[in-house]
Amino acid sequence: MSRDTGMNRRRFLMRAGKAGLGMAATLALGWWAHDTQGPSANIGQAQAVKLPSFAVKGTEKRLAVVKSSHRVPALRAGLEAMGGIGAFVGAGHKVVIKVNAAFATPPALGATSNPELVAELVRLCLKAGAAKVVVTDNPINDPASCFELSGIGPAARAAGAEVVLPHPGEFRPYTLAGGRLIRDWPLMYGPLAGADRLIGLAPVKDHHRSQASVCMKNWYGLLGGRRNVFHQDINGIISELGRMVSPSLVIADGVASLAHNGPTGGSLEDLRPTDTMILGTDQVAVDSMAVGLLGLKPAQVPWLGLAAQAGAGTTDYESLNPTKVELG
Amino acid sequence: MRIATARRISQAFFLALFLWFCLVATVGERLWKLRGWPVNWFLELDPLTGLTSLLASGSLYAGLIWGAAVLALTLVVGRFFCGWVCPFGAMHQFVGWLGARSKPLKERVQRNAPHPAQQIKYFLLAFFLGAAMSDLAARLALGQVAASLAGALTLGVVLLATRKGQGGRAYALAVGLVLAVWVAWSLLAPSGGAWLLAGLLDPIPLVTRSVNLVLLPLADAPARVAWPEPRFYQGAGLIAAVFLAALLLNLWRPRFFCRFVCPTGALLGLVGRHAIWRVGKTQARCGACLSCDGACSGAARPAGRLRPAECVLCMNCLDTCPEDAITYATQPSAGGEAAPDLSRRRVLAGLGLGLAAPPILSLSGVLGPAWNPALIRPPGALPESEFLRRCLRCGQCMRVCPTGVLQPAGPSFGLEALWTPVLNNTIGTSGCQPRCTACSHVCPSAAIRPITLDEKLGRGQYAAQGPIRLGSAFLDRGRCLPWAMDRPCIVCQENCPVSPKAIFTRVAWETVLGGLIAGPAKGNELAVSGKALKPAALASGDYYLQSGGARARIAANGAHSLGLTPGVGWRVPAPGEPLSVAVRLQRPYVDPARCTGCGICQHECPVSGKRAIRVSAENATRERSHSLLLKGAGPG
Repeated sequence: MSRDTGMNRRRFLMRAGKAGLGMAATLALGWWAHDTQGPSANIGQAQAVKLPSFAVKGTEKRLAVVKSSHRVPALRAGLEAMGGIGAFVGAGHKVVIKVNAAFATPPALGATSNPELVAELVRLCLKAGAAKVVVTDNPINDPASCFELSGIGPAARAAGAEVVLPHPGEFRPYTLAGGRLIRDWPLMYGPLAGADRLIGLAPVKDHHRSQASVCMKNWYGLLGGRRNVFHQDINGIISELGRMVSPSLVIADGVASLAHNGPTGGSLEDLRPTDTMILGTDQVAVDSMAVGLLGLKPAQVPWLGLAAQAGAGTTDYESLNPTKVELG
Repeated sequence: MRIATARRISQAFFLALFLWFCLVATVGERLWKLRGWPVNWFLELDPLTGLTSLLASGSLYAGLIWGAAVLALTLVVGRFFCGWVCPFGAMHQFVGWLGARSKPLKERVQRNAPHPAQQIKYFLLAFFLGAAMSDLAARLALGQVAASLAGALTLGVVLLATRKGQGGRAYALAVGLVLAVWVAWSLLAPSGGAWLLAGLLDPIPLVTRSVNLVLLPLADAPARVAWPEPRFYQGAGLIAAVFLAALLLNLWRPRFFCRFVCPTGALLGLVGRHAIWRVGKTQARCGACLSCDGACSGAARPAGRLRPAECVLCMNCLDTCPEDAITYATQPSAGGEAAPDLSRRRVLAGLGLGLAAPPILSLSGVLGPAWNPALIRPPGALPESEFLRRCLRCGQCMRVCPTGVLQPAGPSFGLEALWTPVLNNTIGTSGCQPRCTACSHVCPSAAIRPITLDEKLGRGQYAAQGPIRLGSAFLDRGRCLPWAMDRPCIVCQENCPVSPKAIFTRVAWETVLGGLIAGPAKGNELAVSGKALKPAALASGDYYLQSGGARARIAANGAHSLGLTPGVGWRVPAPGEPLSVAVRLQRPYVDPARCTGCGICQHECPVSGKRAIRVSAENATRERSHSLLLKGAGPG
């Protein structure tokens, strides 16, 4: 071959052409990647989301309280008193049930939503025509263990729901309009995307810092990130959670209340039978009623007052004329 | 079917089985979860894990007896484990094949020529065996005859392997000499314990650790089969570096690790070199085409004087020989056989260094006054001196841990603890979950002995002795929000899973704002002057107005007004009266008598970097000498 036997015109033009193309490509790549501004302050942030209201028109200010020592009959009677599950869930709906699965403890210890109750609610939603029911939470302990050990995961799946565990991909930054604390904060939006209804299902629990953990505190489990910094202003964050979420319905399970050593519990002795289930569309009213099961008055619990002040509901639950049901 | 094809199928099968076991070591009941899969089987088959564990601990725990079966079979058929079963060997074989496939025969023969460095593996074997039986004095004193006999037997095997002359007298002399050294060592050596260092290079622990802590987390991040969330393992880079170096060196010399490094291969080579069946030529003279040497995985030189100890039974020589002059039979090779290329001195040097390693490393005081309180071991872990006799560093506990809190100890924990499990409560999804005993049941060598939930939680028959403590939480008051920064918090108290809680609080009032002067009052509204307040800043429910020793909670505030929720004893201050604002703080305290050291508080502490509450290993149940509290003393 004549590779190294000197230059002729044709070969020179070929080489010059290749070099020219190489130069052009290099410069074009440089030009394309060129950045005169440098990174902005909010580099690497995901697309922010908005959280719609899940409240159902025409069901405002409904409140029902059932006296019973059995959860499933209490739930059925309570929903009946609220106008039936059909008033909240319709054909083709995607329903999200936000449970409290915070801890990897067995259901008997009452630190998490009761699995039988979750399963019954899932079945009722599906029976009412829901196309899909999602059960979710961002727990405190290891998520997979929480859902398994609390019994919620297996029960929900068996009843036909999809269980969504937290994963970095499920979170989006969210800012509460007019909020002071929830600003540009990771929200577990994945399971809520495209949802038509959101139901909160929480046990009634003692909480040393906030005095009580019921339905509004339960939305804490939609936050991600190092959310524990909000404990510096526990009343502020709970009232903001009450404003952040407009649920279709909340259910406070006080058939047994975690009266001591909350919110983790850990011993059967921490539970007290209080034989009450409270359902409502005004979560401030439901929680105000529920703290009574722990021996508290709403005025003693600052986050209730702050939430009411912020317009999330009323602490004067009697003003809503709650439907009272007594089951034997 | 050609015999090498059968070997490849066997290797592929066992490699796939090994990877399957790595994948299914997830707590759960599904088919692809732990349920009952024998996920430790390959670790148990590895005879070096069994032998070193036996020498160091004096017993052959549970499934480790499989190693005896492999050794026994090796006596009959040679290194079948290396060539047909070992998943790490299969990886080496494959990468070696990639590197050699386009090379001409001459170069392949060159790469497969026996190399003096092949004796390094025997040296390593001797070193690891030495380290595992370093404290014979203690063993003898304890009368653990079985372990001592096993040690003597091993020495015998090593000697047998290294003896050059056939004279029985020389052999007897050598045995006598070593026994004398051994007894002298037993009596004179400082007892630094015996350490199972073999796991650092033992092939099955090495490959298990590498797959569990490097490959699987990488592969599972998008797939999310093994774990619902991404996994983190500290120092994965170092583990990967060893693994990848071992794999890539196959491109330079096929089966590099097996030829030069593998201590298990060395053991099997020594045991199997007199196997009843072995590879060999059927006729002394052949065409000398060297096809067999070019294909030999173990650098055993089948064309010349065969080295049976190096033969991994890959059977390539049988397949490549154009004259069918190589066979696997009961006769020694017609071309003659050569003993492994190793000198007694080097082996004894390795053994001596191994024997000396634990006492030397112990000089740093890690088992004594300089014990590392950051070395928090999982629940059920034996006392450190016993733990180091058993831990294989295989990473199975870290793989199975549902929260990912179990991490491989890095070099800062010392060579003796490298890649052993340690809790890092800031990594993973939670601390050590109270209702989990997974690691103790997966541990193949009982370095973490199997415990029940009752024992872990101190229930039932264990109620009297109380729960297993991994350590105790300690508050760093300089970093804690209510202690150092006048901010309410107590996330640690909230998340303490013990009932009654091991973290309790005491209320403290700190004056955060003074110089206010009371103005006129209207119901629960009070006008104030002296300072302008930031509207709503004191309305969080944690701030109180103080006046004359009584307090009222501030429910709302404007720049010059306060909305109050009066408490007991509150009276409306007279205009002009001086006022101050206090924050109500619940300050956390740890009760070490209740604390189990689970680390959940540390994991949840909002001080996100170096936490304000941290567990360290003081008061761990496994080390009595590290206990903190006197029994029966105090009010609790």
